[in-house]
Amino acid sequence: MTPRLNFLGLLPALILLCGIAAAEEGSALLPPIPPPAKGDECVEPTDVMRRDHMRFLQHQRDDTVHGGIRGAKHSLVGCIDCHAQTDAHGVAIAVNAKGQFCESCHSFAGVRMDCFGCHTAVPAPDQAGMTLLEWTTSPVLAVTKPASPRTD
Amino acid sequence: MADGSNALADKSRRRFLTRTGAAVALGLAAGVRFIDFPSARAESGPVSSSQRWGMLIDSSKCASDCSACVQACSDEHGISGHGRPQTDAQWIRKVTLRDKESGRETSLPLMCQHCEDPPCVDVCPTGASFRRADGVVLVDKHICIGCRYCMLACPYKARSFIHEDLADQKPWSPRGKGTVESCTLCVHRIDEGKGRIPACAEACEREGHGAIQFGDLNDPASSVAQALVQRESQELRADLRLNTGVRYQNL
Amino acid sequence: MATASKIMGSSDFSVIEGRSAGFYALVAGLAAVIAAGLWATHAMETEGHHVTGMTNQIVWGIPHVFAIFLIVTASGALNVASLSSVMGQKIYAPFARLSALLAVALLLGGLAVITLDLGRPDRIVVALTHFNMKSVFAWNVFLYTGFLLLAALYLWTLMERRMNRITKPVATVLLLWRIVLTTGTGLIFGVLVAREAYDVAIMAPMFIAMSLSFGTAACLLLLMAVGGCTGRFLDDAVVHGLKRILAWFVTLVLYFVMVSHGVKLYAAGYQGVERFLLLEGGVITSMFWMGQIVAGSLAPLWLMLWPPTATSRPWIAAAAALVLLGGLAQIYVIVIGGLAFPLQIFPGKEVIESGFFDGVVSHYQPSLPELLLGLGGVAMALLIVVLGMKVLEFVPDFRSGS
Repeated sequence: MTPRLNFLGLLPALILLCGIAAAEEGSALLPPIPPPAKGDECVEPTDVMRRDHMRFLQHQRDDTVHGGIRGAKHSLVGCIDCHAQTDAHGVAIAVNAKGQFCESCHSFAGVRMDCFGCHTAVPAPDQAGMTLLEWTTSPVLAVTKPASPRTD
Repeated sequence: MADGSNALADKSRRRFLTRTGAAVALGLAAGVRFIDFPSARAESGPVSSSQRWGMLIDSSKCASDCSACVQACSDEHGISGHGRPQTDAQWIRKVTLRDKESGRETSLPLMCQHCEDPPCVDVCPTGASFRRADGVVLVDKHICIGCRYCMLACPYKARSFIHEDLADQKPWSPRGKGTVESCTLCVHRIDEGKGRIPACAEACEREGHGAIQFGDLNDPASSVAQALVQRESQELRADLRLNTGVRYQNL
Repeated sequence: MATASKIMGSSDFSVIEGRSAGFYALVAGLAAVIAAGLWATHAMETEGHHVTGMTNQIVWGIPHVFAIFLIVTASGALNVASLSSVMGQKIYAPFARLSALLAVALLLGGLAVITLDLGRPDRIVVALTHFNMKSVFAWNVFLYTGFLLLAALYLWTLMERRMNRITKPVATVLLLWRIVLTTGTGLIFGVLVAREAYDVAIMAPMFIAMSLSFGTAACLLLLMAVGGCTGRFLDDAVVHGLKRILAWFVTLVLYFVMVSHGVKLYAAGYQGVERFLLLEGGVITSMFWMGQIVAGSLAPLWLMLWPPTATSRPWIAAAAALVLLGGLAQIYVIVIGGLAFPLQIFPGKEVIESGFFDGVVSHYQPSLPELLLGLGGVAMALLIVVLGMKVLEFVPDFRSGS
């Protein structure tokens, strides 16, 4: 009886030790700091975005897909435009790549994203400071759209 | 007992006040922010049934050796094949026909016919396959589970299932493995509200054929509506009475 | 009182022992097939459906053949339960529990296959939270769920003596429910106006006949297998009774097949698709004549009616197995045959060129993963039956009827 109790008493201490060990590694207990974004501020305060970005995105997604409402502020394309980093050669890095804006936090929180199987994770290529709306509507592009590879 | 319930009431009242205060503060902050936003663009939509987008395809103007519409669609929506024609996606295809009696040959582009009463919408278990108020038939890929029942139901074989991973999607045309897709009538262009026409129609015009006319079938002043008044046109599979948004002439 | 409970109550039933090497080998074998099916699902989900033989032309394939077969058979597997609890045929009473267990297991197996074949099986929750009430598929979600609940309730009324008095009403509702369910399954094809091989209301009654036939065959095989494996005595009256019923149902299916093809042969517009299915369809045509008609209908009828074989249990078992194989062939012909025949988008015209296979027959080459997924569903159904018999008292002592 007694030895068994002793062993049980050791358990919390063990758990605590493990916790400290993990904390010293630094990654497991603290949320990652996302890479800096373009611009001064987000469409909502940071704490609101952290908590509710998925609700904003889902709401706007339904408005856009079913109601044809475009250009509202909670747009996934907008997120990507601001939060995608570029590498040393100026090439955009996907926001769901390891350590990038979306991925770093989602892997910390252990929440699977279901966006980028369909949506591109990098800004539109020739955007050059234009909004997506402006880019798709610009007359030049209507004629000289970048052709994508075609194998059929 | 009474004391206890009073304390409880007090507590809930306090909580109510705190929450109201927070809500007001949040609302104010949101309002201020909204007004402050310099780049807040005017929102478009929502779409309404006062419009019905459609096409009129004049087969006599369609050149059998031209596939500019197909190429333009692929470019616009980033549809690139994996070299497996049986499973690669197609949103628009060229078909050449020969009349069994007269031998007359015609050529036409075939895509989603954007039915008013679409069989694909009827059979979809989740409602992912839907018809927008303005007549555009779409797949909401967020709730498509990939059952492909709509593909069995479509009389035009207009839909494709995505059989493998895709990359480099266009920002305005999300597409992905495991869901079904088809011609969107380039809704992203329609929704801009600036009169841009679908990529296929634009390409056909650029090639000088002008076989694909696009417009609002409900607007008597639109060129499509006028052309439909002037000359006989037909629906594909008219026997099914689907009232298609895409019509053909000189088939 | 004690005697009465001995006859009617749970003491007539027992669990199977399940300690023999054969039992463990069976469980291990079934588990291995299920594991293979799960591997196949994983491959189809990570690689995409291009690892299957299904295409944008042949949209549904082997998984759907198996799933529909299992679901249709599930509904008919309750025949023995209905005979006992609704029609009051006492000789089948000892087997009502097994009949319901088999039905539940087959339905779960079928649903597993159809779910795991989805392009996005991870979104199954969407299918259970978003409903388009005009969709036959959405109705079926409710029909399947209701079937499982009613079958479970039915089993409860059988196993709990105090519930015995409501067995008959529950069994009656269950009988009506499964007729509606199979109607729903048939209508999956019946409502497809676009395709010439489908688009007929006769699909619904034909599917009901198919379910009665396949389900009786499956149940008969199960009873004979359980009897054989546990060494218990299975009354001849039960075997021959089910055999006679099965022969009627096989004939009924043949009748519906003849009517549905006959009507289409009469109408000029449908002669093309009939010519394809019955004469020129290659594998489809062979499946129809050799699989469905000869092996799946005529041969078992012969075995069940010709006196020398009709009294032999092995031949009766062979007939039941042939009915099931013929059933798979029939659903293959319905699903694949209906999709392989080209859509007639341009009546009176001939397609001389198309960027998407218009006007030509599509070919289907099933791949290993989809076959494993289908077999995995069958193995899952059988494993549920085997384990069910071990944990709950499903198996009668096989003396009640004599």
